[in-house]
Amino acid sequence: MKKSYKMVDLECAHCAAKMEDAIRKLEGVNQVSISFMTQKLVLDAEDERFEQIMDQAEKICRKVEPDCRIKR
Amino acid sequence: MTGKQKRLLARILVSAGLYLLILMLPSHLWREELLPLVAVNRMPADNTVTGSVTLARWVPFLVPYLIIGWSVLRKAGRNILNGQVFDENFLMTVATLGAFGCGEYPEAVAVMLFYQVGDLFESVAVGRSRQSIAALMDIRPNWANVERDGGVEQVDPEEVEVGEILVIRPGERIPLDGTVEEGESALDTAALTGEALPRDVRAGDGVVSGCVNLSGVLRVRVSRVYEQSTVARILDLVENSSSKKAKAEHFITKFARYYTPAVVFAALALAVLPSLVTGAWREWVQRALIFLVVSCPCALVISIPLSFFGGIGGASKLGILVKGSNYLEALAKTGVVVFDKTGTLTRGDFTVTQLVPCGMEGEQLLELAALAECWSSHPIARSIQKAWGKPPQPERVTGGKELAGHGVEAMVDGKRVLAGNRKLMLRDGLEVSQPEQVPGTVIHVAEEGRYAGYLVVSDQIKPGAKQAVGALRQAGVGRTVMLTGDAQAVGQAVGAQLGLDEVCAQLLPHQKVEQVERLLADKAPGETLVFVGDGINDAPVLSRADIGVAMGALGSDAAIEAADIVLMDDKLEKLPQAIRIARKTLVIVRQNVVLALGIKFLVLALAALGRANMWMAVFADVGVSVLAILNASRMLRTE
Repeated sequence: MKKSYKMVDLECAHCAAKMEDAIRKLEGVNQVSISFMTQKLVLDAEDERFEQIMDQAEKICRKVEPDCRIKR
Repeated sequence: MTGKQKRLLARILVSAGLYLLILMLPSHLWREELLPLVAVNRMPADNTVTGSVTLARWVPFLVPYLIIGWSVLRKAGRNILNGQVFDENFLMTVATLGAFGCGEYPEAVAVMLFYQVGDLFESVAVGRSRQSIAALMDIRPNWANVERDGGVEQVDPEEVEVGEILVIRPGERIPLDGTVEEGESALDTAALTGEALPRDVRAGDGVVSGCVNLSGVLRVRVSRVYEQSTVARILDLVENSSSKKAKAEHFITKFARYYTPAVVFAALALAVLPSLVTGAWREWVQRALIFLVVSCPCALVISIPLSFFGGIGGASKLGILVKGSNYLEALAKTGVVVFDKTGTLTRGDFTVTQLVPCGMEGEQLLELAALAECWSSHPIARSIQKAWGKPPQPERVTGGKELAGHGVEAMVDGKRVLAGNRKLMLRDGLEVSQPEQVPGTVIHVAEEGRYAGYLVVSDQIKPGAKQAVGALRQAGVGRTVMLTGDAQAVGQAVGAQLGLDEVCAQLLPHQKVEQVERLLADKAPGETLVFVGDGINDAPVLSRADIGVAMGALGSDAAIEAADIVLMDDKLEKLPQAIRIARKTLVIVRQNVVLALGIKFLVLALAALGRANMWMAVFADVGVSVLAILNASRMLRTE
């Protein structure tokens, strides 16, 4: 399943890159892309575990940039 | 400026004001030692109390420092708790607290101030760039006027269904794709194609979402829902284009990953090793701190995607849709451009210019040909039908078949009719002579195995084509090639007229692919091969080429799907323009990389040698970022 989300307060481009790398390493993730310019996150991952993977992604996001949120 | 940014600005101003005030206070109030905070002055002679006090100098500086810096300290602390130790906030914290510890109170506050100013600038610049890119693409319709229940209702475009009728008044933007039911007007297609010249429409014409209705009221029957509409798909394309990252962007992320820890370790080494040897801890720690501050690669990581995004945004303003930063990057290195002929270099609207019947009247020949071709949508077929002028009579025609590279075959009034090139005639055993010096395509016609004559169908070269080819050559394209299924004579004529380097004619579709593969093998490594076609039957070639460019895409789905770059109108001149934009983007990217790395390494070296101070460090980090972002936003101002 492939879904895109809007991100809020993504201010640091380096952080976006770090988040993308970390999320890509999660199990069940086929493809992930975070665009700093459009503040969008596109995630392509296994259907069954999609919600769990999104939870993990949110945790990673908060760890790298605490002020930033993913709009779900 | 957002609320958050305004608050930061306020803090900066307050802090700066206090800072200056403190600097202006008389110096006899202060003592340099860290402790005690307050001391009572005594006469040097007999130690009696004089009645005045001195304060530790660092105390008043703490006030502006905290006003401007507490957020940085807090972020540093929180990130450490989350496992993210080495980031900008941590470095700034360590650097400024270290400065406090070394007795450089004014420097510490000033550096923190400067850092936050730069941060604010960066934030505003990024926000401004995002906004202007969004404005470029502001073709999104917010509402639609639909005829419902006898009246006209204003609804969200997403709620409109196929078949409903929209009312679009002059000055309004067309919200959805559809056909005109009633009304006559002119449309401004600038938002999609960058063209200022209005397009006339009347009942029966198709209209595309995103255009602005200029003169008359139009009633339009919706043909596609919002998600499928041209506007939505273009917006989608541009938004997603930033996820197809260019090689330069990948390089930067990889670089940043190695660079930061490397610099941190170097800083540690710088702080510890020489101190062990010389014992001058304070000095080397100071240098190491400066080293650390310079280590953030943010300048590059922000400015490069921004440059590409700006390039894509600027191109879309001109009606050039680039589906990914990697394509923009490859476009800049174009060495070979391969064109399809029909519809790309030529207008694709053929006209019958000659009728040479054999054993029958001209009208009969035309009728035979028109009926044989009446089921085909090939441009040649349509021109023959147009020349005949009468409405198609499908009941007289059965079994229409297209024979690629040869022509068509059909049963007309029960008789087997062939219409096509000489190869088609030969296949049936008909030896026909090919007329020489013909300015166009010859369509031979045979009925029941008997030759009936030929028609000449001519195509016209597009008006701007010659200039476009010239512009391409000026833009550095080394080779221009044309591939066509048309006759050799026609191909050569067109090629000569446009000044092309190479012409390959009489190609069957799979042979076109073979030609492209040959050209791909021939070209220099690192050069890009671009194929330009109108998409309908060019899909395999479009995907084989390094970059597939589709033309005349206003409304054509297949083209938008198959190509990597879409030129929203038929103008060939857009291609050299696109190449220029791609080149400009890469130049800016390269400038930024050189600027950022150059300054950083310079300051790093100076810091190691002890010739740099905190100010230079902060500039090398934040100042360079700002410069890079400003440079990148040059892309948004297109020619």
